[in-house]
Amino acid sequence: MEKFTSLTATACPLPQPNLNTDQILPARFLKWPRSRGLGTALFADLRCDPAGNERADFPLNQPARHGAKILVAGRNFGGGSSREAAVYAIFDHGFRCVIAPSFGDIFAQNASKNGLLTAAVSEADAAELADAVTADPGRNVTIDLETTTIRCGNRTYRFTIDPVGRNQLLNGWDDVDLTESFGARISAYRDADRLRRPWANPAKP
Amino acid sequence: MKEPQTLFDRLWATHEVARQEAGASLLWVDRHYIHEGSFHAFSQMKARGRRVAEPDLTFGFADHYVPTRGNRANGIADPEIANMVRTLESNAAENRITLFGLRDPRQGIVHVVGPEQGLTLPGLLIVCGDSHTSTHGAFGAYAFGIGASEVAHVLMTQTLWQNKPKRMRVSVEGAVTPGVAAKDIALAIIADVGADGAQGHAIEFAGSAVRALSMEGRMTLCNMSIEAGGRCGLIAPDSTTFAYLKGRPYAPKGPDFEAAIEAWSSLRSDPDAAFDLDVTLDAAAVAPIVTWGTSPDDGLPIDARVPDPAREVDERRKKYIEDALAYMGITSGTRLTDIAIDRVFIGSCTNARIEDLRAAAAVLAGRASKVPGLVSPGSMQVKRKAEEEGLDRIFREAGLEWADSGCSMCVGINGDTVPAGERCASTTNRNFRGRQGRGARTHLMSPAMVAAAAISGHLADVRPLLAGRKV
Repeated sequence: MEKFTSLTATACPLPQPNLNTDQILPARFLKWPRSRGLGTALFADLRCDPAGNERADFPLNQPARHGAKILVAGRNFGGGSSREAAVYAIFDHGFRCVIAPSFGDIFAQNASKNGLLTAAVSEADAAELADAVTADPGRNVTIDLETTTIRCGNRTYRFTIDPVGRNQLLNGWDDVDLTESFGARISAYRDADRLRRPWANPAKP
Repeated sequence: MKEPQTLFDRLWATHEVARQEAGASLLWVDRHYIHEGSFHAFSQMKARGRRVAEPDLTFGFADHYVPTRGNRANGIADPEIANMVRTLESNAAENRITLFGLRDPRQGIVHVVGPEQGLTLPGLLIVCGDSHTSTHGAFGAYAFGIGASEVAHVLMTQTLWQNKPKRMRVSVEGAVTPGVAAKDIALAIIADVGADGAQGHAIEFAGSAVRALSMEGRMTLCNMSIEAGGRCGLIAPDSTTFAYLKGRPYAPKGPDFEAAIEAWSSLRSDPDAAFDLDVTLDAAAVAPIVTWGTSPDDGLPIDARVPDPAREVDERRKKYIEDALAYMGITSGTRLTDIAIDRVFIGSCTNARIEDLRAAAAVLAGRASKVPGLVSPGSMQVKRKAEEEGLDRIFREAGLEWADSGCSMCVGINGDTVPAGERCASTTNRNFRGRQGRGARTHLMSPAMVAAAAISGHLADVRPLLAGRKV
């Protein structure tokens, strides 16, 4: 997995609340293998009208937002369906960080496992950041995961992320490697648990 | 003295294999349910050259992409969809995983079949790459949805790293009035706490109205936990739970079952246990509810009017209401009962169990639907049971299509979709934009309320339609 330590890039504002994973990646794209790249399907039904034409008023379509690596989103970003492909779509489009007041729990976990930082800030800070990057599309925003800070112009904001996700992103860690180092404890748990909770194993039908 | 524990604390402690300094715990997984969408995870596992650690605790369900109409024995016409189902079949076969596949008489939606087969039991930790896995919490299990990387992790290790959620209790006290279903309670809770009101929390549903629910009703309630943002929903097991489980194929049998009941009986919150968030709801005050907008917390009693953005002081809320009404094609201030519908759908992991079909059929019996509609039972066993009871005849005679089981028109990826611009009264869980198909407009409600909308041709109160009927 790609590491995340710090990032300086332009940002795209998308401040409407409750942008759920059905909006991030409509279900009809879930059949796509990752190798196909899901970036073109990101926000498909918000970006394009039913005839397939790009909506000029959707921020991602604006030339000034091309190359943005940071998404400044609204409250409860990524709620709903557990589809990890929503994270793939954001990542494959080129984003490496989403700043929002809150995230869907499953989405945030999926993001940390795929090199996408979910930086939670207060509602007021999110609104201020969205305003700043709306007013000046060329404005660079710097995210530092070591210090959990965001710098935009002369303002500095603190963000939160769960410590496990932070470690994962900083080190580019894969859970499976970590878990394998616990192999002996897993086996011991399994053996003891079979005696402790015999009913937990499926009966023969 | 030992600190009082919640049901969730007990489940968490039982499954803890190890704990990291950073705060996450490694948890043992008792049941891992997979479906067609698990292909990403199998790819990740294969890329590491690994195999499934515990195939006997892993169960496959063909539900998301399976066709529900036409003869399944003839195979799947759409090559992309056929490939999704075939990939699940080969991944299950290669890894010796039991699969409830397309042609299996037990096939159906994972969150219906797991409980039906007795795979879902109290005290278990259950995961599945599907956010509605919270359904299984109805049995007093810790059950939650995970993403593809976590599915791969569970496949390879049978464990999962998790941060402990906060604890929330939703107590619903008193008795509901006739015509009010578990779905109405769920929609009332979500409207009350908001679509992210339970974010980061494990919800325990408690109170006399919850204890009075059947297992089907409890599953509907826990199913919708995620629509309030909850990590999971759970209900302490009791005699209703045990009676449901007795004799199920994969549940313990004979003396093992008796021993299990003894263990399961301790799965409850201590009376003085503390919750981070406590919400109460008066069951008698819950009316039949429908949603008007594009978020599941947009529920209102059926006798209400849709909101007027002009009356909203909060600018962001005003904008949301305007956008939602524009998408839904509704004028502000309209009476909900004046909203005409184009079709109905009865199905999904939320509301397609036998009790749901009975509730809809009780309203539809001897009446005709004014709009077309689809009824997709939650499993093929539910379908056969409904046919034994003659419910299929009621649906067909009302003019609705009686289909096979699958996720169907709830997520629309098997080809069952609501055409763009059409309005659907639906027993499903999400009224998100485009959820039932691109441009589709969804109103969420209970099965009985969908039936009421069908025979009225518009959103309608089911209560007057129940007069003189046995329900």
